[in-house]
Amino acid sequence: MGDERDGFERRLREARARQGLDKPAGLSGGLPTGPWGVGFRAGVEVVSALVVGIVIGLLLDRWLGTWPWLFLLFFVAGSAAGILNVYRLFNPRARR
Amino acid sequence: MAAEGKTMDALSQFELKPVLGILGDSIGFTQSNAHMLLVVGLITGLMMWGTRHRAVVPGRLQAMAEMSYEFIYGLVKGQVGQEGRRFFPFVFSLFMFILFGNLLGLFPYAFTFTSHIVVTFALAAIVFVVITAVALLIHGKHFFSYFFPEGAPKALAPLIIPIEVISYLSRPVSLAVRLFANMVAGHVMLKVFATFVVLIGGSAGALGLLGATLPLAVNVALVGFEILVAFLQAYVFAILTSIYLHDAVHLH
Repeated sequence: MGDERDGFERRLREARARQGLDKPAGLSGGLPTGPWGVGFRAGVEVVSALVVGIVIGLLLDRWLGTWPWLFLLFFVAGSAAGILNVYRLFNPRARR
Repeated sequence: MAAEGKTMDALSQFELKPVLGILGDSIGFTQSNAHMLLVVGLITGLMMWGTRHRAVVPGRLQAMAEMSYEFIYGLVKGQVGQEGRRFFPFVFSLFMFILFGNLLGLFPYAFTFTSHIVVTFALAAIVFVVITAVALLIHGKHFFSYFFPEGAPKALAPLIIPIEVISYLSRPVSLAVRLFANMVAGHVMLKVFATFVVLIGGSAGALGLLGATLPLAVNVALVGFEILVAFLQAYVFAILTSIYLHDAVHLH
């Protein structure tokens, strides 16, 4: 328990963090968390992963002539990646 | 921005038209490019003109320039950490370009270049190339461990690696689509309600004029909302770029 009368310890900590001497406790700033914003972001994450998966599948199929098997495979992988993206959206840096 | 021939035409506002007469025709210089140049000029003007006095007590322009600088500086430092400061010019340029593009597009007769997925995807692709290059430069081959979490059973590699790769590749797509979709949706809504004003106002005399005030009121509210969206989307783009840079620098 330090001398908390004038918050010296706290101000020292803040000053040290500002100068980069200490690691800041939490990462400042974050994504906006309104319900519409989060919902829209989740939708975009799913769709974009799905699109990337489908495009990779189609291109590989056209290259290797294996239509439709790689397309189906990468469709599933794309959906899984979309769900992974949404999971990371709600658990940022959880994997670390 | 009126209804052409009494029909809804909410998408013609995104059409590209060459400007500067024959010169613009021949090199494909459209109003989109013109607005990009204007935005770059405005940003440069704000930073140069705003900071020319270097006053200790800043004036309005200098305060604006300093606020935008410190806002993004804090964001980059908070998200990427101390070593992320060297990426500040990159994130700041992206943020200002998108913010000014979004805001400029809200002026009457102006064009919103961020409502074209080509533009937003090009910006997102730059971000993608930079984060991948940074990660490769800092971590070398170790970068590829990003696609396979430590401690996961080796048998699951054929399952995890494609999913992680797709997830990584989907970053620029989601970055581009989010900005593009927000801008298009906002401008289509503005146009639809503006068309309502013209259609209702011109239909039934005094009663029509009275009825036209409703969509007009909606449009006023929408413009305010769009200013918020313009800022928010530029902010989201900048912060996601910073988060990706953090991943590239620290590699989880």
